[in-house]
Amino acid sequence: MTEPAARADAPAVSAAGERRALTVEVNGERHAREVEPRLLLSDFLRHELGLTGTHVGCEHGVCGACTVLFDGEAVRSCLMLAVQADGHAVETVEGLAPGPDELHPIQEAFREAHGLQCGFCTPGFLMTIVPFLREHPDPSDDEIRRALSGNLCRCTGYQNIVAAVRRAAERLREAG
Amino acid sequence: MKPAPFAYHAARSVEEAVGLLAEHGGEAKVLAGGQSLIPVMSFRLAQPAALVDVNGVGELDFVAETAGGGLSIGALARLGGLERDPRVAERAPLLAAALPHVAHPQIRNRGTAGGSLAHADPAAELPCLAVALDARLRLVGPAGERTVAARDFFHGLFATALAPDELLAEIELPPRPAGEGWSFLEVARRHGDYAQVGVAARLALDGGGRIASARLVYLSVGDAPIVAERAAAALAGETPEDAVFEAAAAVAADEEIEPSGDIHASADFKRHLARVLTRRALAEAAARAGAEAA
Repeated sequence: MTEPAARADAPAVSAAGERRALTVEVNGERHAREVEPRLLLSDFLRHELGLTGTHVGCEHGVCGACTVLFDGEAVRSCLMLAVQADGHAVETVEGLAPGPDELHPIQEAFREAHGLQCGFCTPGFLMTIVPFLREHPDPSDDEIRRALSGNLCRCTGYQNIVAAVRRAAERLREAG
Repeated sequence: MKPAPFAYHAARSVEEAVGLLAEHGGEAKVLAGGQSLIPVMSFRLAQPAALVDVNGVGELDFVAETAGGGLSIGALARLGGLERDPRVAERAPLLAAALPHVAHPQIRNRGTAGGSLAHADPAAELPCLAVALDARLRLVGPAGERTVAARDFFHGLFATALAPDELLAEIELPPRPAGEGWSFLEVARRHGDYAQVGVAARLALDGGGRIASARLVYLSVGDAPIVAERAAAALAGETPEDAVFEAAAAVAADEEIEPSGDIHASADFKRHLARVLTRRALAEAAARAGAEAA
């Protein structure tokens, strides 16, 4: 941990806060923006792109509500800078459902198994589960719980979320 | 909960990254996985004037087998990748056992081996493992490179041997001695939380079935990883049995570790945990050593 930098003494190599251009693919669509380097990826998705499905809970990497896929892997978007996504692909909960009247099999399983109550944590859970089920098509309850360990839910007590993942795994296996 | 403004540089090579660090004269921080740095910046506990992002430095992102059974890990190797890498499981099973304890899957997908070492959180697993495995760390600075033993790298709470213009480039793990047993155990209130106490143990048996050598390194019970020298020395030459493990555990827990209490665990409770974990870790390591010898 560093002490706050002595800004007056800092050499003027490049101006702090200078905006930078980035091009990022989000849910298959390319977006080009100029942003401050300190803008978090979570805020970029929500405020620059209007994709407010990615929720911000703790904003320091504990709650998992802001989980998105970064080049296919689940990451916490509040622990990344938007500029780091330049040239990369991000997937958010908005990209899951195949159409406006249809749900993704994992979303469908959450609905059926009552895997959510208030729904605040749900996008983070969903985006955690997508790559998990890709790698573990037939997971044990233990594996499911370990995979979900980085996502907090204050409503459900997790039982129905675990049940929803089991059901989602079945649905995805059936769908092949 | 938002970072203060900073200048951002995306380095493309080690040379460029080191040059940028030097240019900023100690006011820049290296951004690797960012899983510790970004929250610390969001809390405004750190307000670096500049960040040198090394995520685009491909030459730092590798795992390679080295001669004789060792392993070389690039500083930018992600913890999740190491966790899934069969070469790590085979050549550094102690490290493989510890990786699933590092935070959560989303954090491990992003967090890097070098970042965890350079951050030097005494509650983190990687620094403890680097010391336990006698890792050698290659540091690159503007004047060239040097190699530092992990034991000499950690200077205290978030403090390391790294100069402000140096970059940790590579972690070299020496070959695992044939037949050596190992164990990693920790206690955390919830899986993925920072551990209250953790221990990495290595144990080798001689031809007669006695303990030839042992190594015990602790996390979260001091300002840096703590090596229990006296406990390890007490084990040498002894028969691997419960009473011997218990005696060594008492030495480590009562005399060698330096835990401080927090809201979740008093110092006394941490000593108790260390004692129980040490006994179990030694028994597990001895069983593995015996199994390999058989």
